[in-house]
Amino acid sequence: MSVLPTVLAATESSQLAEDHVLTNLAILVLAGFVGYAVISKVPNTLHTPLMSGTNAIHGIVVLAGLLTIGLAVGFLNDLLLVIAIAFGTINVVGGFLVTDRMLEMFKKKPSKAPADTEASTE
Amino acid sequence: MSPLAIDVWQSTDFIQGLYIVAFALFVYGLSLLTGPNTAIRGNRLAAVGMAIAVVATLLNEDVADWELMALGVAIGTAVGIPAARSVKMTAMPQMVALFNGVGGGAVALIAWVEFRNSNGFADTTLAVVIPSMIAAIVGSVSFWGSNIAFAKLQAILPGKPITFGRAQQVLTLVIAIAAVGGAVAICAGSHSQGIFILVLVAAALLGNLLVLPIGGADMPVVISLLNALTGLSAAATGVAFDNTALIVAGMIVGASGSILTNLMAKAMNRSIVSIIAGGFGGGGTGGEEGETPAGVPEDATVRSTSAADTAIQLSYASKVVVVPGYGMAVAQAQHAVKELASELEKRGIEISYAIHPVAGRMPGHMNVLLAEADVPYEQLKEMDDVNPEFSRTDVSLVIGANDVTNPAANSDPDSPIYGMPILNVNESESIIVLKRSMSPGFAGIDNALYYDAKTQMLFGDAKESVAEVLGEVQAL
Repeated sequence: MSVLPTVLAATESSQLAEDHVLTNLAILVLAGFVGYAVISKVPNTLHTPLMSGTNAIHGIVVLAGLLTIGLAVGFLNDLLLVIAIAFGTINVVGGFLVTDRMLEMFKKKPSKAPADTEASTE
Repeated sequence: MSPLAIDVWQSTDFIQGLYIVAFALFVYGLSLLTGPNTAIRGNRLAAVGMAIAVVATLLNEDVADWELMALGVAIGTAVGIPAARSVKMTAMPQMVALFNGVGGGAVALIAWVEFRNSNGFADTTLAVVIPSMIAAIVGSVSFWGSNIAFAKLQAILPGKPITFGRAQQVLTLVIAIAAVGGAVAICAGSHSQGIFILVLVAAALLGNLLVLPIGGADMPVVISLLNALTGLSAAATGVAFDNTALIVAGMIVGASGSILTNLMAKAMNRSIVSIIAGGFGGGGTGGEEGETPAGVPEDATVRSTSAADTAIQLSYASKVVVVPGYGMAVAQAQHAVKELASELEKRGIEISYAIHPVAGRMPGHMNVLLAEADVPYEQLKEMDDVNPEFSRTDVSLVIGANDVTNPAANSDPDSPIYGMPILNVNESESIIVLKRSMSPGFAGIDNALYYDAKTQMLFGDAKESVAEVLGEVQAL
């Protein structure tokens, strides 16, 4: 985007959001179609990892928390944002980790020798 | 570093550039989720994308209050990592619900702070106020809805639909109007925090009212829907913050959640609206205790069998299809099932697993459990691939699955599940159903399959039953 100065105050950021609202809506719509195209190809078998993986991705709201906390004044605002950042972090960290754990199990090569069935439960 | 260099690193263009890298990694990562061998790399690439997005954000020169940020991140990490590490695969649906809920909660809280920070959106353009209010409502609905879903799956709340009868829909409507009305008032220029809190509370009640009436069997639809909602609320936050990474990531999740919701609803032959409007409409052909379900002759009886007989039937089969359901998850029987399957494979018997799209409590739930037990990916068959195979199958072993095998869905137009695509288990040579008791499934519908002359019931806990059968097979 343009060489606009970095956001400094809430009003300025509000101005920026207004300037870019149509661009942002265009991005929003296109992202919807991209998501649709990419995710339609995922097989039923991998739907749980897909859910928990996308679940982790929406934890990206933590960015909004990080951007706001410097501007927030007062104890209650700070408290609410710390909770929000903690929530977002749980969402991101937990989501990616749990997906990784699940996919790790799917990846295991089929053990052709049926004897070794003592599956390791992590 | 010279001042010039700092300018470059902190310039909006550089940060935007990093955001583009981040969401490109999200999209590419998700596109790798199409196969089990590339999926793990895909997920890690998406995680790298997330790390880049966070670093880019921290480069912003007006980012401050590092201690508080670190505190939030530390709390989140301290909770998130152990939770993700220790959760049992059988408890995955409630874990996903919980992670989803906190994401929605974060969205709602951030919208609230935005409101407070700007003196009630004073001097704020509608381009910020409208998406912020959408984020506040949807995030709050998602947070509370997910928490209720978690409580139901964790059996803190009963899994059965909880409704307020006829008042339910009126109540939901009134509360929805309150939430939207409050949001409109704020968009129209009200700076009252009272109204904002009213919107949050109304949205919270809405989240409760939407998920409380949902029965366990409908959980896959609801979890997908809540996931989509959190994604959309994150995208709305992105528009309010003029943040491309948030918009793209949120919207992709919104799209993926919507696709899954739709797929799940289709797999149950029900509309999303009818699921949200409340559980199955009061039994339908449920029938009294001791009565045979509609379409089944009056004199039909249920035959029970023993572990020894089951073992003999399985050992002399040449093709066995295992049909797992939520009962397998509850009994944690997946490892025992895999052991039994391996023992049968040793004897040259062909094994596959028939997975109905809505078996379990979330999309793909059974696949995760069986993968945990080391079942080869190739043996997990989707409904459309496995249905033609049942007619060549000697024994279908139904483990804790009910409604997804009910032939009434194909044959009885009066059945509440008529038209729902099912696994055509009744086409196989013989059927053995492992079940705790004769109680009907979550839909509350008697299963005509159990009265089929080819069907035998092995009553008991799925894990113990499978272990007994395994013992008998080994003794043969």
